[in-house]
This record gives sequence, C-alpha cells and structure tokens, in this order.
Amino acid sequence: MLSDILIIILSSLGALFILLAAVGFVRMPDSYLRISVTTKAVTLGVGLLLASAAIYFNDLSVTSRVLAIILFIILTSPVGAHLIARASYFSGNKMWEKSVMDELEGKYRPNSHRLSSGEDIEDVEKMKEEPDRESDLI
Amino acid sequence: MTIEEYLYYIILPILAISVLLVFCRFVLGPSIADRVVALDLLITIGITIIAVYSIVYYQSTFLDIAMILGLIAFLSTVAFSYYLEKRNRKKREKKKKEDNAE
Repeated sequence: MLSDILIIILSSLGALFILLAAVGFVRMPDSYLRISVTTKAVTLGVGLLLASAAIYFNDLSVTSRVLAIILFIILTSPVGAHLIARASYFSGNKMWEKSVMDELEGKYRPNSHRLSSGEDIEDVEKMKEEPDRESDLI
Repeated sequence: MTIEEYLYYIILPILAISVLLVFCRFVLGPSIADRVVALDLLITIGITIIAVYSIVYYQSTFLDIAMILGLIAFLSTVAFSYYLEKRNRKKREKKKKEDNAE
C-alpha cells in the first residue's frame, strides 16, 4: 500500500515535469532557451517515472536496468545539449532580442571554431585581424 | 482505482499531450537545431511511455527497449550536431573564397 502511494506520487510528479517541459518547449522564444528547458525538466521527469517503475516491480534486475537508464540519461543529455547549442551558435542562430548578453561574441574564429577565454582580449583582437591559418581549416 | 488504471487513464494522456506539443515544435521549428532537439525530446518521452506501459502490462522486458532508445537518442544528437558544424564550416569557406575572388 505504501509503495502504491509512492508510485502515484512519483509518476504524477514525473508526468507533470514532462508536461511543463513540453509547454516550455513550445512557448520559449529562442532555441537556446528551448534547449535548456529540455535538458533539465525532462531529465528529472524521466528519472522520476523510471523510479516509479523500479518501485512497482521491486526486482533487482529491473532496478539495475532502471538505474542504468537514469545514469545514462543524466550523463548524455547535457553533452548532447552542449553539442547542439554549439552547432546552432556557429550556424548563426540568433538569440532572443531581450537576451541580456552574448558572452561568446567576437571570441571565436568563425573558420576554425577555436574559442578564446575572456581574459586575453588583446589576443581576440589579434585573432580577428590575422588571417586564419591553413592548419585551422580542417 | 488500481495503480494500473491510474497510470493508464491519467499519466499516459498527460504524456501523450506533451508528445503532441513537442511534435508541434518539431513541425514549426524555425531552425534545424530546434528540430534536432525536438527529436531528442520525442525519443526521451518515448522512454517514459515505455516505462509506463511496462507497468500497465506487467512486462519488465520492455525496459530493455527503453535503454536502447536512450543510446540511440544520444548518438543521433551527436551525429546531427557534428554534421551541422561541418556544413557551417564548408559554407564559410565557400563565402571566404568568393570574397577573396572579388
């Protein structure tokens, strides 16, 4: 009986998080904001729903499988979000016009996709002026 | 109301509505990145739907498929972003060559 209540609470919370993430995914004004929505809320929702499945079966093999899935999703979703956001930034995707700042502006070479940190701004200025080396154009 | 009925009549419709919303963005999505993220999200919600089905029909083997879907979702996102970056680079090189010619 206790496990039933636990399953109901966990699955309701998980479904709610996924629904809110889907609404945010439609309503957000900017593709970067959309990516941030999907990584956080959906990871939490999937984890909660899979945990409810593990509690329902109460079996070692199911629990280990569920733990593997949750671990894998927690490991991979930030990596995938970073990769796709990077690709979308380099393809010139515009940010929302009310965004406060764009910290990457002017800090990378468009041809080689090489980034520089914010501290050496002189280097960045030099980077803009000097032509891209052949070795950068892979 | 048993747990199976609760999951079948309340949780599954909520998940179905969220799949529909994500699919709206998949069709509308102004940029390719939006579509790739929407695809990733569709697969991830599919994992949860499989988990709910495995409870409703008492088949724990469905969770294997959920695991494989998780693997494929990550691989597809990585592949799409890799080729998007390559395409951008080629476009820029072409543009640079044209500018130099002028």
